[in-house]
Amino acid sequence: MAVLSLVLATFLGALGAIAKLSGGMLPTGVAGIYTTIVRGVPDLVLILLIYFGGQRLVNDIGRGLDLDYIEVSKFWSGVVSIGFIYGAYLTETFRGAYLSVPKGQPEAAYALGLNRGQTLRLVTLPQLLRHALPGYGNVWMVLVKSTAVVSVIGLEDLVGLADKAGKSTREPFLFFTAVILVYLAITAASNWGLRQVDRRVSKGITA
Amino acid sequence: MNFEIILEAWPLFAKGVWITLHLTVLALSLGFVIALPAALSLHHKGRFHRVWGAYVYVFRGTPLLVQTYLIYYGLSQFDWVRSSFLWGAPGFLDGTWLGAVWPSLKSAWWCALIAFSLNSGAYQAEILRGGLAVVPEGELEGAKSLGLNPSQVTRLVLLPSALRRALPQYGNEIVFMLHGSVVASVITIQDILGAGRTLNARHYVAYEGFLTSAALYMAITFAVVWVFRLVERRYLRHLNIRTAKPKGAGAPGIAGIGGVAWR
Repeated sequence: MAVLSLVLATFLGALGAIAKLSGGMLPTGVAGIYTTIVRGVPDLVLILLIYFGGQRLVNDIGRGLDLDYIEVSKFWSGVVSIGFIYGAYLTETFRGAYLSVPKGQPEAAYALGLNRGQTLRLVTLPQLLRHALPGYGNVWMVLVKSTAVVSVIGLEDLVGLADKAGKSTREPFLFFTAVILVYLAITAASNWGLRQVDRRVSKGITA
Repeated sequence: MNFEIILEAWPLFAKGVWITLHLTVLALSLGFVIALPAALSLHHKGRFHRVWGAYVYVFRGTPLLVQTYLIYYGLSQFDWVRSSFLWGAPGFLDGTWLGAVWPSLKSAWWCALIAFSLNSGAYQAEILRGGLAVVPEGELEGAKSLGLNPSQVTRLVLLPSALRRALPQYGNEIVFMLHGSVVASVITIQDILGAGRTLNARHYVAYEGFLTSAALYMAITFAVVWVFRLVERRYLRHLNIRTAKPKGAGAPGIAGIGGVAWR
């Protein structure tokens, strides 16, 4: 679930960053509203809004089209909500990373006779990656933790299951401690993985 | 959208705003009380810095929701907690003011406050530690050469300087805590989101309550961001002299981005 959300968030983030950098009035405005709203509202509120509001919206449309009752999947509304939220954060990450690639780099690439696609692929993207990675890792960590909130809409994720198990065995402390350990393991593993990737993309750069 | 029921429910939302702000401010203050010794210990590699490090690691590495559940649902599993003073005021305090405000793990409000404070304390400790780390060595040497003793150096030079440098991240932390406080509504507290859910349940609607909550949270967030922009301009002025405005967001992932919540 976290991985799927991240894929969606990355896509939306890239789209948002392109929109903000394009300089056109409409895309910049739309992306601006998107990032402002998402970052001003708590994630749980948005998740509930998308799950319950989305359910109603889909069925209102469905009724207009004479369809039967449609059940919105909890899993997918969770994925969509979280992807939607962190897409906004990644928009800013990518935009910042793009802006921190010195302008001279693509200019030099053009001067060497590379075309636009080649410049993007060979010069701008590798450097952009290096700048975006710390922010990207940050978003991943926050995203993993915010998936816990999805249990509130009744999804049986780690937290939802632990809640159930804790209630039926009357040992909630045990189960929630286990959940905490699992999250710590995930964060520790991601930390380690990110360090490896960071070392790889920063090769040849002395800090 | 039905604006009538929103207007009708405004006392509910007013109360929700009060509870959210109350909870957030208290949690941030208590968190600061925890964070200060933690950050100093971590910075100076004090005797307990490993203990503080573990605390920060655990609370930053796990979701706030799970921490709140652990305290609210988890602790009540133990008989010794339920029979101790943690569960309620001792009998002889019944009817006194102390009995009325006694911190009890029975109440959702106290559990939320404890969880939020511990969580915020861990994040604030990390922010402060970062602030302490970037205080230039020269400032401290200057203070020492003026004949200040170590505790004076810490109190008069190191901490004020570090706090100023930590200001931007502090703004983020406040917004984060505000957003984190929605978890309280999950354990039955009637904060802003709680009010929204009540409204939705009462009228069997889907958007009105949540949209109103979202608007309220957004208003508070922007108020905080705006205030912090003013405070930063006032207190970080000396750091901005002659530094050209950095292009774009600067180093990504370090100072946070934009100024709105970021974690």
